Amino acid sequence: MESVIFDLEKATVREVNQFLHGAPETLEGRQVTVVSPNGAHNLAVGVDAPVQVLIDGHAGYYAGGMNKHATIIVEGSAGTGVAENMMSGKVHVKGFASNGAGASAHGGLLVIDGDAGLRCGISLKGGDIVVGGSVGSFSAFMAQAGRMVICGDAGDALGDSLYEAVLYVRGSVKSLGADARYEEMTDADVSTVRDLLKAAGLNHDPMSFRRIASARTLYHWNADANQEY
Amino acid sequence: MEAKPVHFARLQQEESAGYDRSTIDYIHTAAQRGLYEIRGLGAKRKVPHFDDLLFLGASLSRYPLEGYREKCATRTVLGTRFAKKPIVLDIPITIAGMSFGALSANVKEALGQAATAMGTSTTTGDGGMTQEERRSSKTLVYQCLPSRYGWNPDDVRRADAIEIVIGQGAKPGGGGMLLGQKVNPRVAAMRTLPAGIDQRSASRHPDWTGPDDLLIKIQELREITDWEKPIYVKVGATRTFNDVKLAVHAGADVVVIDGMQGGTAATQTCFIENVGIPTLAAVRQAVDALEDLNMKGQVQLIVSGGIRTGADIAKALAMGADAVAIGQGMLMALGCNSDTYFQNGGLHSAAVDYAALGTSAGFCHHCHTGKCPVGVTTQDTLLEQRVQPEEGSRRVRNYLKTLNMELTTIARACGKQNVHHLEPEDLVALTVEAAAMARVPLAGTSWIPGLT
Repeated sequence: MESVIFDLEKATVREVNQFLHGAPETLEGRQVTVVSPNGAHNLAVGVDAPVQVLIDGHAGYYAGGMNKHATIIVEGSAGTGVAENMMSGKVHVKGFASNGAGASAHGGLLVIDGDAGLRCGISLKGGDIVVGGSVGSFSAFMAQAGRMVICGDAGDALGDSLYEAVLYVRGSVKSLGADARYEEMTDADVSTVRDLLKAAGLNHDPMSFRRIASARTLYHWNADANQEY
Repeated sequence: MEAKPVHFARLQQEESAGYDRSTIDYIHTAAQRGLYEIRGLGAKRKVPHFDDLLFLGASLSRYPLEGYREKCATRTVLGTRFAKKPIVLDIPITIAGMSFGALSANVKEALGQAATAMGTSTTTGDGGMTQEERRSSKTLVYQCLPSRYGWNPDDVRRADAIEIVIGQGAKPGGGGMLLGQKVNPRVAAMRTLPAGIDQRSASRHPDWTGPDDLLIKIQELREITDWEKPIYVKVGATRTFNDVKLAVHAGADVVVIDGMQGGTAATQTCFIENVGIPTLAAVRQAVDALEDLNMKGQVQLIVSGGIRTGADIAKALAMGADAVAIGQGMLMALGCNSDTYFQNGGLHSAAVDYAALGTSAGFCHHCHTGKCPVGVTTQDTLLEQRVQPEEGSRRVRNYLKTLNMELTTIARACGKQNVHHLEPEDLVALTVEAAAMARVPLAGTSWIPGLT
């Protein structure tokens, strides 16, 4: 596989992204490595090709933002909004992720080996997120579609105002948000969790997860839901 | 002898100012339903507005241009600060962001066609970009909203400019609603929601909080678009001076200020009428902010919220706006609040349909119901046929043309060869309030409240 290396001690983020916005047929199957990222923001954003990107260190905000098709690996930790609005492909954070990880992702898979901050999976629209550690408060807020697997614990108000996204949690949940509820794990759920854990390279018993989904009491605006909206 | 109370005949029918019939109706309804009202369009209360300003046409001390023949340029360029491809418009009158969902696909197509014919831009809304509007619009501004409904990188790349919406004049600080009757399968699919649910839009963006984050978000969008497309930042008018400064610091190419008269598809009435400041007050603050940063001319200002006429536009430009955006006026050009609608080659009365909503033409604000009697704000398969793209486009085109003719007529009368040369010195105010807000002298005096 042909490899291209960008050293951010010398090259700019602009040059990295410009290269990654090249014709998909020229990028397909190539390996692009970004060394000395030093927490730079907006690395590998808007990629639209099946290219492999390795960020060899910590990334700043929005690493892999709006990704389509690419596989992006962050060897260190990632800042706010990693893989935000991802459409397809995969983003894998080997360290921790800050706030809003996977926000409004429509597709693809986001894997975070460590913990994720506040609002992980907020406004999720079809993507899958697997967090090896714990997630902060207000995670999956208004999540509309897609799945989240949380291997550790969850903070306050998990799944607040949830729509059709489904959450699976292995550890403790400090509190559920409005309209989120625990539901029975079906065989299909167990299978889903098993597949997502496998895709993320994590080894847990799928039966040890609990399912959280929307009670759908806020789908229609009415006076009975006083102060819940 | 027993004293009888005295009744004065006229006073028996005197309405209370504080508890007038509207207020009593509000309390009765609230007491019955336990739910606040949601409605469409904008503030109905009277607030200081461009109506309260007048132009000082040329006379002996100023030399006018011949009203119909002499050149008066209207070309408008937006996004000159960072974007490689700024937006170049023939006229400074743009079409404001309105969602597919709130409006039908026919309406979006009509707006796009008219904007293209007149050399101006139109704007998407909450709910994403439709093929119809992209196809019909030469210049299309793509909104990035807190909900991120339908937001995707392909449309980012297809857009001509990106508008990050922080807030809306009708509801600064609040998210909107799209009630279930308008969430048909196509709208639902674009928003990744179940059809028929009452959809609530978030009030905050999911992946950034505050101006420091916004700076990085803007840079992300610039990176994704290879620094080609202008980035607009739209704010609802509240603390406008500070908001504009922060938007400029965050890297906006263009700032859009939407005053409290701005419309909405569906928002709480208490919000529409009580949150935000009038457009007139906001323009002054926005221009002050740009001047304070020495960014006037580098960052362009678009003003919206209750702009209806060419005179309104001329006044906004004279106060320092580079362009305006119009939403409700465009809907009215398409037939909103008209007695009739045009279908199958003829006009038909919409009176029965207005009556079914408990209203009539001239008073209707029932965009939220999806039962628009003239087919503008609906997803109903029958009602939406009441606006056809061709006829709708013709009307919007004529409206835009009229606005531009009025604008240039006034500019010429003020001696300007370019509408962008209109200036505050051309204006006076009719009321003390307008003089203070716009910071122009009260007519016939040199008094600017708070300044002179």
